Amino acid sequence: MKQTDPTDFVQAPGDNLTRAAGKQLAVYAVAAIAILAAVMFLLNALAGMTSSAAGMSRMAVDVENNTITTYLRTEPPQMNSMLATDAVSGMVLAHVMEGLLRYGPDDELVGGVAERWQLDGNTMTFWLRDDARWSNGEAVTAHDFEFAWKHLLEPTVGSQYAFILYPILNAEKANNGEVPIDDVGVEAVDERTLVVTLETPIAYFDRMIAFVTYLPANEAFYQQTNGRYGADADEMLYNGPFMMTSWVHGASMQLEKNPHYWDAERIRLDAINFAHMTSDASTLLNLFKDDQIVMADLGSEMLEEAMLQGWTLSQFMEGTVFYTDFNHRPERLTANLNLRKAMALVHDAGELVNRVIKLPGYLPGKSLFPVWLPGAEDNFREEYPAPTYQRDVAQAKVYLQRALDELGLDRLPPLVLLTGDTPVSRIQAEYYQEVFKRSLDIDLVIDAQIFRQRLEKMTAGDFDLVAAGWGPDYNDPLTFGDLYASWNLNNRGRYNNPALDAQVRIAQSSLDMAERMQAFGEIQRIIHEDVVMLPDYERGIVYVSHPQVRGIRRHVIGAETDFTNAWIEAGE
Amino acid sequence: MFWYTIKRLLQGVLTVWFIATATFIGMHNVPGDPLSGERATNATIRANLEARYGLDRPVTEQYFIYMGNMLRGDFGISYTQQNREVNDIIREHFPVSATLGILAVLFAALGGILFGALTALFRNRLPDYIIMFLVIFGISVPSFVLAALSQLSLVNMNSALGFSLLPVAGWGTVSHMLLPALVLGLGTMAYMTRLMRSSMLEVMSSDYIRTAKAKGLSPTRIFSRHQLRNAVLPVITVLGPAIAAITTGGFVVELVFAIPGLGRYFVQAVQQLDYTVIMGTTVFYGAFLVFMVILVDLVYGWIDPRVRLQ
Repeated sequence: MKQTDPTDFVQAPGDNLTRAAGKQLAVYAVAAIAILAAVMFLLNALAGMTSSAAGMSRMAVDVENNTITTYLRTEPPQMNSMLATDAVSGMVLAHVMEGLLRYGPDDELVGGVAERWQLDGNTMTFWLRDDARWSNGEAVTAHDFEFAWKHLLEPTVGSQYAFILYPILNAEKANNGEVPIDDVGVEAVDERTLVVTLETPIAYFDRMIAFVTYLPANEAFYQQTNGRYGADADEMLYNGPFMMTSWVHGASMQLEKNPHYWDAERIRLDAINFAHMTSDASTLLNLFKDDQIVMADLGSEMLEEAMLQGWTLSQFMEGTVFYTDFNHRPERLTANLNLRKAMALVHDAGELVNRVIKLPGYLPGKSLFPVWLPGAEDNFREEYPAPTYQRDVAQAKVYLQRALDELGLDRLPPLVLLTGDTPVSRIQAEYYQEVFKRSLDIDLVIDAQIFRQRLEKMTAGDFDLVAAGWGPDYNDPLTFGDLYASWNLNNRGRYNNPALDAQVRIAQSSLDMAERMQAFGEIQRIIHEDVVMLPDYERGIVYVSHPQVRGIRRHVIGAETDFTNAWIEAGE
Repeated sequence: MFWYTIKRLLQGVLTVWFIATATFIGMHNVPGDPLSGERATNATIRANLEARYGLDRPVTEQYFIYMGNMLRGDFGISYTQQNREVNDIIREHFPVSATLGILAVLFAALGGILFGALTALFRNRLPDYIIMFLVIFGISVPSFVLAALSQLSLVNMNSALGFSLLPVAGWGTVSHMLLPALVLGLGTMAYMTRLMRSSMLEVMSSDYIRTAKAKGLSPTRIFSRHQLRNAVLPVITVLGPAIAAITTGGFVVELVFAIPGLGRYFVQAVQQLDYTVIMGTTVFYGAFLVFMVILVDLVYGWIDPRVRLQ
């Protein structure tokens, strides 16, 4: 008995009052549940309006309706092809739109709206097929390309990817407002013929043409959307294999087969539901397990379970190269070649990838040029193998001493390593901090920043080393090769070497593929010998997919995930 | 009462103006550049973009333009989704967050009051011990752990049952909401249970309950009219901020359960320095919070006659 409790004399457990109160409480509880049920009924009706799965199949594979359900990593930020810059928008656009050329199942260039094309000196002529149609039935004409390209070059439109059109005559000047937009070298000679005049002849222009920024737009439709082109499913006109029939922002998107598509016979799926928009890896895996989506990318901790379950695992190189860039500005210590050589000799990308990052599908970096790039005949990295450094701490110490002598220092002051705020960049930075301290007694100060702030510091040169990454825009080594050209604004370490610049010029202007590849080989060698950067890794992705869905392709360029050739294998 | 309401509303407007100004100043002083992308933009493209968003004007001028537009209810165009207005984003995504939030708050308030009263009635006995243990659990486990764990158990349960009892993630029906709302409301429910328990205990030992008992009121009446009504006051006080916090604080839950709510935009906008969306969502949420606090103060006066005079 708790006689000391002052409340006990008022209300003791088991007395009348407590019993009555208990009963009363039970009544309230029932009422509360009733209220909850009523509210949920109301909310149910309300939520139907913002649904992620309204009228959609609940299963990942719907054999009856020939439909698959999957996800998008984020809401596509920009479906207007003139303004789109990101991978998710690019992926959806590759399903609902088609340019003059596109990439086939094996990353080869094939005709899209263009039936054939020809490069003749400065001019490239495209002959359009006459059965290409918009989703409203109108023909896709050469004017639709001329309009889209010229429109996005208008200064007021403010397209961030306008630079990818700069090989076209007067494109840069028009974007600059120096010449009228009509002087841009794009002309629809007739409905079916588009003539493009280039500033100078370039060998890889056809590969750039497949980029999203080169997609067409129907002018009459575009004008009628009043600046909302691409903002909603009905604010766009489609000429690709699929068309968007619904888009609930942030929640879901539905694509249905486009009956007006000229090559509709090639498309075997009737519809694709993007029923979820989330980048959370464990949510996606849970949705996959629950048979709600047909595929999901895996994190390292999920790999074991995936193998135990016997799921269909696939892997692809996502295309981006990650590397540690040095600051080459003369006032920085890292401008010293011997210091960079010392660091290169203790840097071991294999150890970083296999013992530290340990993510499935990642490949130790060897070069600025990733493994998948095409060469003159076949594969660039096979034609020009990347030279690498072997870890040699003794030799590294010799280089470090030379560097200290040249710099007139007894001991190296701490270096700043600028990096991102993701888990991978954090463990990578800590690993480097440990490696350089242990083998060379170099102190690294880690400066972790969110994306835009890191970018600002990179541009301002506020770093010694920076964890950087570079993804391709088109299927040619030049998309990486000109990165360290002295005039390239993305060369944020301000590396400046006339010998490298000369090779970049050859790669840009030569029409001979073999000569261009030789130039890239030379660039690769200079970057290695001058230790311009330290290659870290190439990102790969391991993913699970539904056993009944076949023909899913994943591309480095264009649609990251491509369902246009996919089909459902029935009868399981 | 009328003048009190007017006064509070005017104070609220002033608070929202202050929030807007502080956000505007803070946002423009954060290092980083809303127009920068992975690809460096040349001077031409940059100038074109700056002109499009009015960033080429002096900051003070931008401030007055922005405030003018805001007064007219126009929050501008998003930087990351260049063809969507911030108003559209709020209009389309706030109802989702609010729906989820209402359900979560209902869970929290009803559960908190009931469990709190129960533990007080049965203090130091088994129901009290069990519930208070769960309360500590609910307060200390963060929502992202809870969200991931509950989702995982749901997957395992669905696969054990052979059919989908509840959907794993997504949005659309009330079955999509149940688990996220519970996860979202659990922390608040635990907090309210503790609050309710202590205030109920205090009320139970007060003099007026003894008086009520002495003058022979029925136990049911004592409990519902005197004990519960007095004890619930502190819970009501925290309800306003809790509603605002739950409807805005669902970022993690929205991410894990793939819910198209405003919370995601709110957090992502800051990361991407999407100026207009930061301003729009902050001002909107700020106004919402201020309004909820005022509303609670008014409701308080209605529930507790003692504060009506002030």
